Amino acid sequence: MITLTDYLILGAILFAIAVMGLFINRKNLVVLLMCVELMLLAVNINFVAFSRYLMNRSGQIFVFFVLTVAAAESAIGLALLIVVFRHRRSINVQELDQLKG
Amino acid sequence: MSPSAWLQETVFWFFGGVLVIAALRVITVKHPVHAALFLVLCFFNTAVLWILSGAEFLGLVLILIYVGAVLVLLLFVVMMLDVEVAKLREGFVRYAPLGAVVALLLVFELAYVFWAHALGFHALTRLPRVSATHDNARALGTMLYRRDLYPFELAGMILLVGLIAAILLTLRRRPGIRSQDPARQVRVRASDRVRLVSLPSGRRHSP
Repeated sequence: MITLTDYLILGAILFAIAVMGLFINRKNLVVLLMCVELMLLAVNINFVAFSRYLMNRSGQIFVFFVLTVAAAESAIGLALLIVVFRHRRSINVQELDQLKG
Repeated sequence: MSPSAWLQETVFWFFGGVLVIAALRVITVKHPVHAALFLVLCFFNTAVLWILSGAEFLGLVLILIYVGAVLVLLLFVVMMLDVEVAKLREGFVRYAPLGAVVALLLVFELAYVFWAHALGFHALTRLPRVSATHDNARALGTMLYRRDLYPFELAGMILLVGLIAAILLTLRRRPGIRSQDPARQVRVRASDRVRLVSLPSGRRHSP
């Protein structure tokens, strides 16, 4: 039988993979955005599992709002990405040091 | 074990396994386009898991809206950019051990918390059954339009602000391009465009 722990551990593994992705793809801005999406997905899995466990649909409502905010976030993030690419002709994160004093 | 429980467990482990493998491919694959496609696979598997745990509406929303809109946008942007892959892969091997250590630590800590009953609930209990006549979409809709109406409208505002911000960020004016400006077109008056000249007529040309 599937238990709550199974879902939670699956979410934890997914979150850890996303964190690892942030570490190993520190130069590629696109993959960094994808890793953030994966993190949000892991958190959403936990919300859905708890919603089922407690038989309370508030968790699913919360997932709905998280998806909304994630959509807005990725739209603005991609717009920023395009502006950066237009400006510098690359999406290398390490080159974005203009604000350094 | 009853057949339905066996089926549920098989589906969970199969799609969960594919989900983890696809997530690993997202962060290790060379080209960003392939990473985006593996991310789509991740979202599909997650949608199946959500439908399995009784959240049908969210599973469908994840596929239709998230994969259909957000990830397609991501893919579109990635394809539009001319990315130099080799340069972006520098330091991949150097940071991999550190990333692996942090990730393993995170998994072990979280798993320890889940197993240790530290959260005050008995985490190992099986999930309660969802009745066959339960209508997930209707229940969510009732909650969303009654109890959570104001947060729902706020979510709409967030999307609107995101829309305006994305358009404003990517808008650029380039000089030297012939484009229409409707405001100027409407504002124009006849006296700006047409000049009436009275030409005397009937005069004969002298040879």
